[in-house]
Amino acid sequence: MSQSNFLRLCLAPLLILTVAFFLLPMARLIVTGAAGPQGLGGYVAIVTEPRYRATLINTVVLAAATTLVSLAVATVAGMFLQRHRFPGRSVLIAMLTFPLAFPGVVVGFMIILLAGRQGLIGDITRLVAGEKVVFAYSIWGLFFGYLYFSVPRVILTIMAAIQKLDRGLEEAARSLGASPFAVQRDVVLPALKPAFVASGAIAFATAMGAFGTAFTLATNIDVLPMLIYTEFTLAANLATAASLSVSLGLIAWAILALARSMSGGTVAAAG
Amino acid sequence: MRSRLIFAGQLGFTLLVAAFLVVPAVLSMVAGVTVNYFRGVQSGLTLQWVVQVWELYAPTIALSFVVALATLAVTLVAGVPAAYALHVRGGRVARAVEEIITLPLAIPGLAIALALLLTYGGFGGFRRSWLFILVGHVIFTLPFMVRSVMAVFASIDIRTLDEGAASLGASPLRRFRDVIVPNAKPGILAGALMVVTLSLGEFNLTWMLHTPLTKTLPVGLADAYASMRLEVASAYTLIFFVMIVPLLVAMQMLGDKGQQA
Repeated sequence: MSQSNFLRLCLAPLLILTVAFFLLPMARLIVTGAAGPQGLGGYVAIVTEPRYRATLINTVVLAAATTLVSLAVATVAGMFLQRHRFPGRSVLIAMLTFPLAFPGVVVGFMIILLAGRQGLIGDITRLVAGEKVVFAYSIWGLFFGYLYFSVPRVILTIMAAIQKLDRGLEEAARSLGASPFAVQRDVVLPALKPAFVASGAIAFATAMGAFGTAFTLATNIDVLPMLIYTEFTLAANLATAASLSVSLGLIAWAILALARSMSGGTVAAAG
Repeated sequence: MRSRLIFAGQLGFTLLVAAFLVVPAVLSMVAGVTVNYFRGVQSGLTLQWVVQVWELYAPTIALSFVVALATLAVTLVAGVPAAYALHVRGGRVARAVEEIITLPLAIPGLAIALALLLTYGGFGGFRRSWLFILVGHVIFTLPFMVRSVMAVFASIDIRTLDEGAASLGASPLRRFRDVIVPNAKPGILAGALMVVTLSLGEFNLTWMLHTPLTKTLPVGLADAYASMRLEVASAYTLIFFVMIVPLLVAMQMLGDKGQQA
């Protein structure tokens, strides 16, 4: 067998699987999205129909908030962990990264244990303030759930980037009389920008599409994945579910593609 | 003085974040072995909830392993040779193929599941079997295997090794078996751990693809969270932790070793 024939043979299983179970179904999904009573208008409806538009805005705002807070949290904690050596440091790092493999449903359950009807926060606030605080099933629960999901992912990328920072630059800035705040603002944060873009994009795209957490928590919060799910199962509205799915996929993919072209590195979402 | 204050502040913040992540997991593990969570640990410790979950969900948990191992087998067969071919060929076509197979990472699982349902939902036998879930898991995990193996190829200059073997007269198949695969081992191992971990925890796709007779572990978790007592749901989560944590630790150790090498 010639070398090029062998390479073709090597690629064959992958190509067959991808065409049959990914490209073909995706094409079908895109066509179905335009096969409703409104035709291609089904795609336009996502922006023009008030209920869909409100859900889209909700989802984007929630994902953006998750991204910003995860980045801030990960930068503060990551900087601290990377710049100090103290006993228990590796345990702390392990604690911050171990929820990496939790599926969204489990994250939802963690939030219920924290802020649900029998949750820890409710118990504490009842003891302290006499009133039970329960926010697991509101948009705040979802926000904390997404945070739980993205902090471990973001922190790994940020810590790796901090490790590669050239400390000489910071010392140079300091020796030139820059205040610690100015060093952070003008030297450290700009150097971390590629890591921010890469991990932020993953956090954003994942939060946009996260279904498990929303499914466990959200009884009446409108986010895109839940809307798609209810349109599909309860309303049996295939065309709408499909057009919403395609839009959601496009947004997530565009964010990741944009981040990749900005940061130059490879960006991949997970989970 | 001031720097010590900053240190304490940062430490406090980091501990708070760690607590946010770890405390609920610990609560869940405790709740899973507590007689009555509402009354607390004073009510006593028990394994009855774990046993109950096991009786209810053993087939579900077993199916999860079947799916995860089958996913691993398919991603090995399809992913490892493909990674080799993509690396050796290179160029624009290879990059395009890589881009396409990586797309499922960007597209929400819900959308992929819907697409699969629309296309193959009518094939009753296939739809009802666990193979339907397998297909979804393969599409979702394949890029991890391919990328993990390609990363190794990029770091060891596999092309020179390959050409060396070729100049000695080894056939392509022989080279693949005796040169490529042994050299790709670290990448294959890392990819395999990733694939199994992701498959065991996959929910977004699986929830849409499953039928009452083909449930996997995370689907069972969602069931338990929706309809069972907190203790039972916690016991089930505990079983999930016991399965997933060793995989995670192995992944971490492999990563550390890779950094040292």
